[in-house]
Amino acid sequence: MADNRQAVQDIDRSLYDFKDDESGQEFYRIEEGLTEDIVLQVSEEKNDPDWMREFRLKCLGIYDQTEMVPWGPAIDGLDMGRIATYVRHKGEMKTDWADVPEEIKNTFERLGIPQAERESLAGVGAQYDSELVYHNVREEVAAQGVVYTDLESAIRGEYAEMIREHFMHLVPPTDHKFAALHGAVWSGGSFVYVPKGVKVEIPLQSYFRLNAKGAGQFEHTLIIVDEGADLHFIEGCSAPKYNVANLHAGCVELYVAKKARLRYSTIENWSKNMYNLNTKRAIVEEDGVMEWVSGSFGSAVSFLYPSTILKGDRSRMEYTGITFSGAGQNLDTGAKVVMQGEDTSCVISSKSIAKDGGIGTYRSSVIVGKNARRAKASISCDSLMLDSRSRSDTIPAMDIRTNDADIGHEARIGRISDEAVFYLMSRGIPEADARAMIVSGFADSVSKELPLEYAVEMNNLIKLEMSGG
Amino acid sequence: MALLEINDLSVAVNEKRILQGITLSIGEGETHVLMGPNGAGKSTLGLSLMGSPGYVRESGTILFDGQDLTELSADKRAKAGIFLSFQNPIEVPGVSLSSFIRNAIHEQTGQPVKLFSYQKKLAAAMELLSMDPSYADRDLNVGFSGGEKKKAEILQMLLLQPRLAILDETDSGLDVDAVRTVSQGVEAYQESRNGALLIITHSTRILESLHVDRVHILVKGRIVRTGDASLIEEINRNGFEQFIQDGDR
Ligand SMILES: Nc1ncnc2c1ncn2[C@@H]1O[C@H](COP(=O)(O)OP(=O)(O)O)[C@@H](O)[C@H]1O
Ligand SMILES: [Mg+2]
Repeated sequence: MADNRQAVQDIDRSLYDFKDDESGQEFYRIEEGLTEDIVLQVSEEKNDPDWMREFRLKCLGIYDQTEMVPWGPAIDGLDMGRIATYVRHKGEMKTDWADVPEEIKNTFERLGIPQAERESLAGVGAQYDSELVYHNVREEVAAQGVVYTDLESAIRGEYAEMIREHFMHLVPPTDHKFAALHGAVWSGGSFVYVPKGVKVEIPLQSYFRLNAKGAGQFEHTLIIVDEGADLHFIEGCSAPKYNVANLHAGCVELYVAKKARLRYSTIENWSKNMYNLNTKRAIVEEDGVMEWVSGSFGSAVSFLYPSTILKGDRSRMEYTGITFSGAGQNLDTGAKVVMQGEDTSCVISSKSIAKDGGIGTYRSSVIVGKNARRAKASISCDSLMLDSRSRSDTIPAMDIRTNDADIGHEARIGRISDEAVFYLMSRGIPEADARAMIVSGFADSVSKELPLEYAVEMNNLIKLEMSGG
Repeated sequence: MALLEINDLSVAVNEKRILQGITLSIGEGETHVLMGPNGAGKSTLGLSLMGSPGYVRESGTILFDGQDLTELSADKRAKAGIFLSFQNPIEVPGVSLSSFIRNAIHEQTGQPVKLFSYQKKLAAAMELLSMDPSYADRDLNVGFSGGEKKKAEILQMLLLQPRLAILDETDSGLDVDAVRTVSQGVEAYQESRNGALLIITHSTRILESLHVDRVHILVKGRIVRTGDASLIEEINRNGFEQFIQDGDR
């Protein structure tokens, strides 16, 4: 039964779908399942400080006592008893690509990561299964005081106190079942600190690759952008497809201080046997700006709602996202915002494409607290359905506690028009390309927000998905 | 043999027969004009020649350059050298005018299109058509005025260089200056390619500076009269009234 849910007819995804053999001696893999013993083993592997070991055990207790949310896609294809929560290569993390073990380096070479670093990034982290295998930041960026490192070493280093004060404070383990799971078995992920007034001109990037079969990835990303600082952080994810379930339950906590700006971009292309139960949250102080750009293509099931707490007066949030659900995919995504400060504002623009029986649900929540005078929110969702077997739903929730809020909401569901396809064909474009062109055009407002290479990658993903039909 | 040979073509839309046995041929480089009252089937003929899927051929043949078109999809007909300037051009969000035409040229020629020389050609054609250069980067037809859409159609024609262009009321709704500009574009097309034309129009203004070879009158799905350019004068004077009963055969 569990496996039937994953009997997905897949398209040629060889670009992402190559698998690397991990049966060899170089890999350490924890036994499957989730018990106190396993959590303690992970803790030992990580050489946790005491507080973290205690925290993990507390999270496990919360996990055991928390029910799954009663809404959203079913996840009964996911059996925690069959997920290995920790898999790592036995080598140490490197700061030079040349030193990364050959087979892992090849994976990232094929995904274009080292090249992107050379050309257009200020720093790169690469996580393979449960651990960072590479982390590096450009010298001139480091010289500005920017910290970009793996969370594990940061937890014991100079920033230990800062991390302890922020780690899972924004997303407490009591938030939901998978936040508790994350707290219990998290490993890998990055820590970024941008000091006051520092503007990082080019983006930092983390790439997450889950290669191991039947495993989970639980990386934790903690970013603190201090007063007046500015950062663009990009995260990319992919995995090859297996016929058993994989799980991703990462956690992203973003702290945006006064007058700071953070842009967080994601291109997610997990394989279609992945349960993507990821939690992302930001808190923004006075005059701060949080921008989310999100492209979700992969996974069998996603629960993903980047949330923003607009705490400070005049803080702002912008969310631009697109979801592409194909055969066998049920992607439940959206954005949440809690407006607390005065004169806060947010613009949410969400698009979804559904094809070959895929299900895309946009779920949003806008909460305007009683002190959030003159709050402004504008929400638009557009869906494009490529056939009549696919589904697209919009579930917006609003809770407004003031009487001077300015809230706009619009939703549209459309299909590819035959006239438009014919119009493009009449200029010599073959039918399949004409359809792909219309779909890319629909996604254009999102690609425009991405750096060029990622926009190109997103367009390639759209073409790949379109050619699968 | 003529470039386009339509023989006894009947076409139905939604199971209703609109075109009833059309026979028409257009030679290389010739300019033909198609006139007729609203609802006669002029656009239907244009869309049928271009291969619009809803337009079902019930009988007859279409030969283009000796090749039977009737089973070919629209993109193949475009590659064969047919172009249709739409009466109602479609808006395509997120696809820029410039990149779209470049893509289409690439598809039609099979050759990658060099960006620099393409941009020069595009700019020159836009200037000829008095189009604001910023329109190159705007989404195809999105938010264009009626006149701008028609100019964008002619722009595509100039860059795609078809062998036969069907202009479906390209001059309708344009002001005097715009008609003159579009007409200059059409002349440029005739000259550069010796391109053939089938011009569907209600007005003579677009024809003023063009040499017209043949004029066809379409009424109720039939061609009721074919003649030389003097037929246009006759219609200007007397309207279609005299032909209407001819369509009732
Ligand atoms: N897509 C369509 N669906 C239904 N009827 C159509 C369609 N296209 C054309 N027709 C009908 O066919 C006839 C001819 O239309 P058309 O070719 O647009 O005429 P013209 O261009 O000469 O004004 C009209 O009666 C019109 O209502
Ligand atoms: Mg018409």
